[in-house]
Amino acid sequence: MASSFTLTEPDLANSAAAPVTNTSSRRMILNMGPQHPSTHGVLRLELELEGEIIRSAKPDIGYLHTGIEKEFEVKNYQQAVTLTDRIDYLAPLSNNLCYSLAVEKLLGIEIPAMAQWTRVMLVELTRLNSHLVWLGTHALDIGAMSMFLYCMREREDILRIFEMYSGQRMMTSYIRIGGLALAPPRGWHNRIESFINGFPSKIDEYEELLTNNRIWIGRTKGVGFISVEDMLDLGVTGPMLRAAGVNWDTRKQAPYSSYEKFDFTVPVRTENDVYARYLVRIEEMRQSAKIVKQALEGMPEGAFQADAPGIILPEREKMKTQMESLIYHFKIVTEGFRVPEGEVYQVIESPRGELGYYVVSDGTAKPYRVHIHGPSFGNLQSIPTLAKGSMISDVIASMGSMDFVLGDTDR
Amino acid sequence: MLPENLQDNKAARLVEDSVLNAKLDRGEVTLEIAPGNIVDVCRRLKHEGGFIRLSDLTAVDRFPEEPRFEIIYHLHSLEHNERLRLRCRISGTGPAIDSVTEVWRSANWYEREVFDLFGVTFHNHPELDRILLPADWEGHPLRKDYPITGTRV
Repeated sequence: MASSFTLTEPDLANSAAAPVTNTSSRRMILNMGPQHPSTHGVLRLELELEGEIIRSAKPDIGYLHTGIEKEFEVKNYQQAVTLTDRIDYLAPLSNNLCYSLAVEKLLGIEIPAMAQWTRVMLVELTRLNSHLVWLGTHALDIGAMSMFLYCMREREDILRIFEMYSGQRMMTSYIRIGGLALAPPRGWHNRIESFINGFPSKIDEYEELLTNNRIWIGRTKGVGFISVEDMLDLGVTGPMLRAAGVNWDTRKQAPYSSYEKFDFTVPVRTENDVYARYLVRIEEMRQSAKIVKQALEGMPEGAFQADAPGIILPEREKMKTQMESLIYHFKIVTEGFRVPEGEVYQVIESPRGELGYYVVSDGTAKPYRVHIHGPSFGNLQSIPTLAKGSMISDVIASMGSMDFVLGDTDR
Repeated sequence: MLPENLQDNKAARLVEDSVLNAKLDRGEVTLEIAPGNIVDVCRRLKHEGGFIRLSDLTAVDRFPEEPRFEIIYHLHSLEHNERLRLRCRISGTGPAIDSVTEVWRSANWYEREVFDLFGVTFHNHPELDRILLPADWEGHPLRKDYPITGTRV
């Protein structure tokens, strides 16, 4: 079919607002996913296209639904920690922490300073881990192949740090109700120190590759706009909101696990596009590295678990000599510990945004109900609004900038 | 109506006429609202109380008690750095409540999730379909009378 094409200079910066030239063309439904590589997991998007312009987008989720919330109801409180790892597989420790904080609030127990600081250090390393995977895959989606390799290189170092204390690389379940699972191993802090000292120069390296890269700027600047009102109304949180000028970070606004003792800034930008979200996350990585360094330098001495007999397993030695400890051990292992009746909604700042755990206790040793509010669930809900009217190639960039994890969405 | 420790809580005072029960436990405020008033209360809290975000919406099954279901709303005000929990108790026979999607659009998926996993209907919801489970799934897994394992015979 002969049709007339006019080649014009592509306006990369404004591709999202490209005018529709032929409105009478037929609309087409395109299924993107569930096996599409840029959906990072199993997400299906039903796109209604007019040429390359998206007229409507409908996300279809649930492919990774595992019924974790139901599973919580048949495990005792401490056992259920292992389930939280498996929700957001890029931020397992953030989920550990949020769940533990919620149950500790119900129990009313005090966590020693050393455990709190180690928790902060661990969730910040998790933030680095998650942001590195995001940066690598996001850049890969847009066409910068080598970024993926560099990011995975540094992520590997972080996973080795995790492996060193727990023997596991990803699902470590290291943060437990009442403190940490084990005392940190010898030499572990030195290992973190050598990693974190070298890390800022690695971020410089990433920035050298991307920040002023013409192709990167062309693909990301002015792309993926969504108004602040829409975001707040649709439940979007985290770096996306901060790249639109909303200075909201739970670590600052409602500090938990002694975040108030750390000196860091929350990066905020106002451009509200994919590029701004990239810059916000890059700066967040620098700040996280700063927090980890502070935690290492100021790490308080002391116990790694709360002094809460009946909740924390007694020491092996005491079990052999004290009747009481033996009874506690038996009770904790056979039944678990009972949690006073009540309900708690604990919110923390996960790498993706606001992560909430709603835990209801009926006074027994198993949670009556646990509801997980994953940040990806809210963020993903904005896709129809965000994608409407944009080019199909920009959807890849916008979706990447959301940094969702489907495990976190579907639970 | 409000307990003493909530007398100076602005949000609770704002909707005091619709509050059936209120408590402050572990630093968290919970207001119990009659199901019929929920949309009105939410609208007032959003526009006059500054709760511009619906952080979370979920349900709890109190089987075999009656009223069986609790619908839980977690509201968030960025302006006042404050969170608020609303609770509505609804019956287990033909459980239904009005949708708050007209107040916060984020309620869309949250309510679909509750519909999917608890079988609670939300009136005036724009597209009340299953969201996590396949469309032909039978039953609602988060109900307490739904087994955790087993095969249908």
